[in-house]
Amino acid sequence: MADHAGVAGGDEVDLSRRKFLTRATIATGAVGAAFAAIPFIESWAPSETARALGVPTELDISKLEAGQMTTTVWRRSPIYVVRRTPDMVARIAGHDTDLKDPNSDHSDQPSYAKNPLRARSAEFLVLVGTCTHLGCLPKQRFAAGELYPSWPGGFFCPCHGSRFDLAGRVFAGSPASINLRVPPYSYPKEHLLLVGADEKGAAT
Amino acid sequence: MTVKTATGAAAKKGFWPWLNKRMPVDQFLASQVTEYYAPKNFNVWYYFGSLAGVVLVLQLVTGIYLAMFYKPGETRAFDSVQFIMREVDWGWLIRYLHSSGGSFFFILVYLHMFRAFLYGSYKPPRELLWLLGMLVYLALMAEAFMGYVLPWGNMSFWGAQVIINLFGTIPGIGPDLVLWIRGDYGIADATLNRFFSLHVAAVPLALLGLVALHLVALHEVGSNNPDGIEIKDKVGADGKPLDGIPFHPYYTVKDFVGIGVLLILIAITVFFVPTLGGLFLEAPNFEPANPMSTPEHIAPVWYFTPYYAILRAVPDQRMGALLMALALMAFLLVPWLDRSPVKSMRYRGWLSRAALAVFAVSFVALGYLGMQPAEGLYVLLARIFSALYFAFFFLMPLYTWLDPVKPVPERVVYHAH
Repeated sequence: MADHAGVAGGDEVDLSRRKFLTRATIATGAVGAAFAAIPFIESWAPSETARALGVPTELDISKLEAGQMTTTVWRRSPIYVVRRTPDMVARIAGHDTDLKDPNSDHSDQPSYAKNPLRARSAEFLVLVGTCTHLGCLPKQRFAAGELYPSWPGGFFCPCHGSRFDLAGRVFAGSPASINLRVPPYSYPKEHLLLVGADEKGAAT
Repeated sequence: MTVKTATGAAAKKGFWPWLNKRMPVDQFLASQVTEYYAPKNFNVWYYFGSLAGVVLVLQLVTGIYLAMFYKPGETRAFDSVQFIMREVDWGWLIRYLHSSGGSFFFILVYLHMFRAFLYGSYKPPRELLWLLGMLVYLALMAEAFMGYVLPWGNMSFWGAQVIINLFGTIPGIGPDLVLWIRGDYGIADATLNRFFSLHVAAVPLALLGLVALHLVALHEVGSNNPDGIEIKDKVGADGKPLDGIPFHPYYTVKDFVGIGVLLILIAITVFFVPTLGGLFLEAPNFEPANPMSTPEHIAPVWYFTPYYAILRAVPDQRMGALLMALALMAFLLVPWLDRSPVKSMRYRGWLSRAALAVFAVSFVALGYLGMQPAEGLYVLLARIFSALYFAFFFLMPLYTWLDPVKPVPERVVYHAH
């Protein structure tokens, strides 16, 4: 073929060869740029310090009165600990049809909290105290009828009006779509709550 | 001073010819300013673009000075703002100019955008000009949001919490994305520090670049005007548009009048109502950030409230976030949604006019509702106005097609003063 351009001594340019080399160079450069971006992207991940400060946290719950709530902090989120009275436990039943996720099928909790009371025991409720909608702090509205006559008691988020029952389950009509999160937790000793670790070890 | 032409300069001696042989200063000024022809029938709506540019400069200058005294960091940020307000000489003035400047920026940009709707300034050949303008608007929103976090007041903190959590609604990657943006398990020092970097360096650079591209595109296609007639279509024997006048001196002089009025309004705000009753600076932000206490009522600054109202009007969080994003993105589609054969409202029919009026009312109403608690009648109204908001955009192909338009004159309507 006469048009074998690019051979030694020839003046013609092999355009297809040039196009291939240009594209190969661009592709190699793009791959390199993508790899070079990794350190910059990963620099935004929680630092070693932030991760170290995210270790499990202990709380003595022996002095918590029945019907009262205390708050501790784990991983910069408030952790609500409620000591439920038998009356409060009774008020968790009976409104499953008003809930978005009564059996916690779509919600975020350890397996031992995937039950109607959403806890290891009926008495102590442990929740991540940030609204599953956009992260505000729901307020305690534990008294029956406090929000409206049929209100069974629970939590109310002031930001966007999400409502949760005394097991942290979200009511239909709330902007939040899942129940309040339950963190991994365990009781190394009686009345010593350990948030962030359970039988499976510390949360990752 | 005599301004020499590029050809004349070559033969002459002195600094200016020397400069022009090495950099086309005269050529640039001629093509972009003194011989850049703008329609002669501009009205008051044509102030807001250049005024927004003035506020951009104000924000850059005051921002550079604030960064000299401000200290990012969760234990120091709030105190350093108090330090600026109380102990730096004139610090209060510089800070209030910057905080008010943010709101003025949005006032001007919203008026500028309304002008585009009024006269069809997004229609061909100005689609790209409109898109670049919208990118400026989006960058400005990011800039304003991150700037609002820096004083580390309680509304800064909880506003950041709510807005960053919006990214958590993205299926699959949401929670990891939120952790990555924050750099910690909650809004923390890491979040504040990276927002500081983005607010003072990355986003302003992007903004300046986008504004430059917006102007390049504008000077290529030329300004639209209240009649929506292309002045380039009617040129005189000299090749100059018959209905155009040089930008300088005619519109530089006009713009300086606008600048004077703007500076008076900014001065009134800064000296007498720097918080504007909680609209420009919210009361909870005068308390330090407290991760354990949500303010009773969270509302963003006024310029975000229309979108915030749309977010809250939806009872499902993922849909709410999606609609809010759509409410912003809808603007990008406008050049292709509008099927009217004419640009300006002057020659459009009652359908287009009514639609724009409904949209303007809806936008303002949503802005008001976004500041109110999300309960009862407010939610109902927010839903109605959200529906009208989206109807304006997504019914646009229909009503602009049905709209009984009037004939457009050959030349712009102009009465000498």
